[in-house]
Amino acid sequence: MYRYDEFDHTLVAERIATFRRQVHRRLSGELTEDQFKPLRLMNGLYLQLHAYMLRVNIPYGCLSSRQLRQLAFIARRYDRNFGHFTTRQNIQYNWIKLDETPDVLAALAEVEMNAMQSSGNCVRNITADQFAGRARDEIEDPRPWCELIRQWSILHPEFSYLPRKFKIAVSGAASDRAAVKLHDVGLYLRRNADGVIGFEVIVGGGQGRLPYVGHTIREWLAKDDLFSYLEAILRIYNLGGRRDNPQKARIKVQVNALGPEEFRRLVDEEWAAIRHSELLAVPGAEIERITAYFADPAWETLPDAAAVLSRQCATDPAFDAWYRTNVVEHRTPGYAIVNLSLKSPGIAPGDLTADQMDRVADLADRFSLGEVRVSHRQNLVFPDVRQTDLHALWQALQAISLATPNIGKLTDIIACPGLDFCALANARAIPVAQDIGRHFGDPAVLQDIGELTINISGCMNACGHHHVGHIGILGVEKNGEEFYQLTLGGSSAEDASLGDRLGRGIPAAEVPVAIEAIVNSYRDLRQADERFLDTYRRVGMEPFKEAVYGDSPEHRRSVA
Amino acid sequence: MTGLIRHGRLVPDPFTDASGLDAPPAGVPVIVSLEQWQAHREALVAAGQPLGLRLRSDQPPRLVAADLPRFAVIALEFPKYRDGRAYTHARMLRERFRYAGEVRAVGDVLQEQLHFMQRCGFDTFEVVAQDPELAWRAVAGDHTVSYQATGDGRPRALDLRHNRK
Repeated sequence: MYRYDEFDHTLVAERIATFRRQVHRRLSGELTEDQFKPLRLMNGLYLQLHAYMLRVNIPYGCLSSRQLRQLAFIARRYDRNFGHFTTRQNIQYNWIKLDETPDVLAALAEVEMNAMQSSGNCVRNITADQFAGRARDEIEDPRPWCELIRQWSILHPEFSYLPRKFKIAVSGAASDRAAVKLHDVGLYLRRNADGVIGFEVIVGGGQGRLPYVGHTIREWLAKDDLFSYLEAILRIYNLGGRRDNPQKARIKVQVNALGPEEFRRLVDEEWAAIRHSELLAVPGAEIERITAYFADPAWETLPDAAAVLSRQCATDPAFDAWYRTNVVEHRTPGYAIVNLSLKSPGIAPGDLTADQMDRVADLADRFSLGEVRVSHRQNLVFPDVRQTDLHALWQALQAISLATPNIGKLTDIIACPGLDFCALANARAIPVAQDIGRHFGDPAVLQDIGELTINISGCMNACGHHHVGHIGILGVEKNGEEFYQLTLGGSSAEDASLGDRLGRGIPAAEVPVAIEAIVNSYRDLRQADERFLDTYRRVGMEPFKEAVYGDSPEHRRSVA
Repeated sequence: MTGLIRHGRLVPDPFTDASGLDAPPAGVPVIVSLEQWQAHREALVAAGQPLGLRLRSDQPPRLVAADLPRFAVIALEFPKYRDGRAYTHARMLRERFRYAGEVRAVGDVLQEQLHFMQRCGFDTFEVVAQDPELAWRAVAGDHTVSYQATGDGRPRALDLRHNRK
């Protein structure tokens, strides 16, 4: 993992000192809330429905056990004993006191973490594939590039007051686990025809009220050109992005208004002027310095433990279900990648208690070389588990309710905080996720349904990624009542697409039944081991509409 | 009060901002709007008084690239502190058009932004504060480390990392 040097430490310490002064000026009344707002946002502090919320960056999803223990300490000392992992590899604390915020930031700095630019109209946390450096389908590890981009983006003098927030994601694998095409800028590490690795550059993806899948504006960009090209994109956006209406201020609106071709032309024109600027050159020595932090850990030379595992699976069906669902192949023989599900029945998706955090940190030290990853689907990952340790780890995870065998399955739900916490929400999201979790509690049924993602947002801002769920659920409010609109066919992976609306909204109580109707139709219609998404793409909306709304008057009662 | 800060000190402003007036006064150093410049260019050049130009956020410096040497001051306007276009304009002036005169930040200029403005090439700041010098001094030492290079010549953290031996 990357470690701060004296420059990184000084930058963060100075930032905290500045914010401490600003908080003091706010508390003394020298700053109004209006003047203070942008200052606190740049430091990750939101004002929510009931209290301040602090959003902390977990850069490209990498955490050490030491950092996780500090997150547990913060949850206990400054919050209500839990934290919430988000879809952007952040952790949020929902009950932070303003006057204690600088102390929380100082506690984070002790373990080389920060909350800089986790909100505000600036470049946000850089996100990546949670299996980076470990995945079998990886072309190149994206983490060194993420760290380089992170440093380039922090306190950027020119790009700290953009029209709107700006999210960058990077993946180096064939399968996209980072929703790259749904970001303001998405980068895929790719080989060109000569076998040289560079970046495919995608711009203008995003969700919210105006969802778009991003456009590729450069099939292949040389690594040496990364910063000049990013700077050109940001400059065109800073100057040309709309500032009259926050709903239309994201780069996706600019790209789609101009058309991707014209946007690319503007970027190329600017790029030509700065491409060879020494201000943007990154010396090889710096790339080497950063890459060295992500060198392979000291894996043991181990045989593949397939025989042991198949014996364990054969004798223990519960272990078998977990192994098949939550364990992923590692690129090194004898090792496995393990997903820890934060989607146990009855738990708010992404929530983890302080005690669980401490326990996970201990298990990471014992079973995963001290490292933990955070996924955009709000789960945790142990990247380096010996195959022969899997059974013992599974038992330990069961004891802390983190072994639910549902990764990538119907109950592995992404949900925003919704009306339970968020000032913007129109409807609750967490209880809907919990209801679905309870309704589909049988692991055998989940296994049979196979890969199916459900994403829930409590309002049009789409923090729960409903547009790109295989099944999306959007909470809306009508005449004081909550209704839920369903979409089908979304995807945030390399085959990214936006879901299509099923029909009129339904009350919360009917959501699990409607999901069941959709799933039953799928099980009737699927061919061989076709995924729900592929069945939907083949047969279209009608059978599912029929299944949910049917002809019966009682189904027609639902409105909105 | 409104004061003009340069190098952390309040300094007198010899220029009259005529950008909101019907006609620029004659015989004194004057800052004009882009529209005034375009309408009265020849007269202003003939009058020979020191000239400044005030550009709104939607008026990029390239519109007057050829005339830049005629201006002692380019005042870039921040209509709201949240509107960051003038940061790009300032860097364009310094780094692309090699403008060597005064680049002045005007409009909604907050002390929290002085560091970013300096790094982008602004050298004077029209600050509204009870005590503008005090406000400036409060933030002057906020950032000693930068991850980015701009035209101001300050080294990046990464340059310092590799040159420190």
